[in-house]
Amino acid sequence: MKARVHVFLKPAVLDPQGKAVQQALKTLGFEEVSSVRQGKFFDIETGDLPGGEDPKGRVEAYCRKLLANPIIEDFRVEVLAP
Amino acid sequence: MNIAVVEFLGSNCDHDAEQWSLRLSAARSRMVWYTERDLSWADLVILPGGFSYGDYLRCGAMAARTPVMEAVIAHARRGGLVLGICNGFQILCEVGILPGALLKNQTLTFLCQDVYLRCETSASPFTSGISEGSLLRVPIAHGDGNYFADPDTLRRLNGEGRVAFRYAAPDGSLKPEWNPNGSVEAIAGILNEGRNVLGMMPHPERASEPLMGSSDGAAILRSALRALGS
Repeated sequence: MKARVHVFLKPAVLDPQGKAVQQALKTLGFEEVSSVRQGKFFDIETGDLPGGEDPKGRVEAYCRKLLANPIIEDFRVEVLAP
Repeated sequence: MNIAVVEFLGSNCDHDAEQWSLRLSAARSRMVWYTERDLSWADLVILPGGFSYGDYLRCGAMAARTPVMEAVIAHARRGGLVLGICNGFQILCEVGILPGALLKNQTLTFLCQDVYLRCETSASPFTSGISEGSLLRVPIAHGDGNYFADPDTLRRLNGEGRVAFRYAAPDGSLKPEWNPNGSVEAIAGILNEGRNVLGMMPHPERASEPLMGSSDGAAILRSALRALGS
C-alpha cells in the first residue's frame, strides 16, 4: 500500500511559523496573501496489511499513535495505491 | 532514597540533573537508559532537558514511545514522583501524563535567558517549600516552550490549582513582555491530577548553587526530597 498523510495544526492553534511565512510573502510583494498555515506530509509504503485490514483505517491508526498530536493537530489520509 | 535520571538519545541535561541530585542530598542517583523497563526501585524519576531524537517529528514525540516511558507511567500511577524539565516536560505532554502541548516559541527564536517564575501553589511535593506568590529566578533554554491547552483544560488546571509556575515580572505581576515564549496564561509548569508529576520548561538544576548566579531552583528538589522523607 502507498499512502500520503497530511498533518496540520488545528484552526484554534496559533501558527507563528505560518505567520512568518505570510509576512515574508508580503515583503516579496505578494500583498494579497492573508493567511499561511504550515503543515507537514508523510509518504508511506507498506507490505501486506495484517488480516486484510482497511488501508485507510490502518493509516489513521499510525496518525493517532504517532504521526499527529491530537491536542494540537488534525490529519488527513490519502490512500494512493491499495 | 533513589533518584532515577532517564537518558534518551539526545538528552543533554542528564548529568546536570544527576549532579543536582547528588549535591543536594545523600540520595542515590542512577542514570537510566531509555531501554529500561523497571523503575520500581525509584522514588523520584527525573526526565532531563535536551533534544531527544533531535526533536524529530515533534519535540518529545519519539522519546514518549520508548520502553522506559511505560515504566515512568507505571511509576506515576503508583504515586511515585516524576519531574520533567524542558524536553522532559515536552515528553510528559506527548505521552499524555500531563495535558496540553508545547508549541514553537511565539518569537520563533531559541530563547536562552533567566526568567522569573511565580509559584502558584505550595500544595505539591515539588513546591511545598516555596511560598505561593514568591519568585524564583531560573533560566530557560528552548525553542518550543510555548504552552498550549484548550479552554476546557485550562479551566480544569486553574480550578484544581494545578498551575505550578507562571512567567512573571520581577515585581511578581503578569505582563506579556515577561512571558518570553507566548505560553497561554504565562504557564511555565503544571502538575498532574495526583500532584505527583511536575512538568516545567525552565531549568531549576541550572540555578541550584550561588556559583550559577542563582540557587532559587534548589527549592524544587529540596521540597521533593523532604516530601519523600529525606
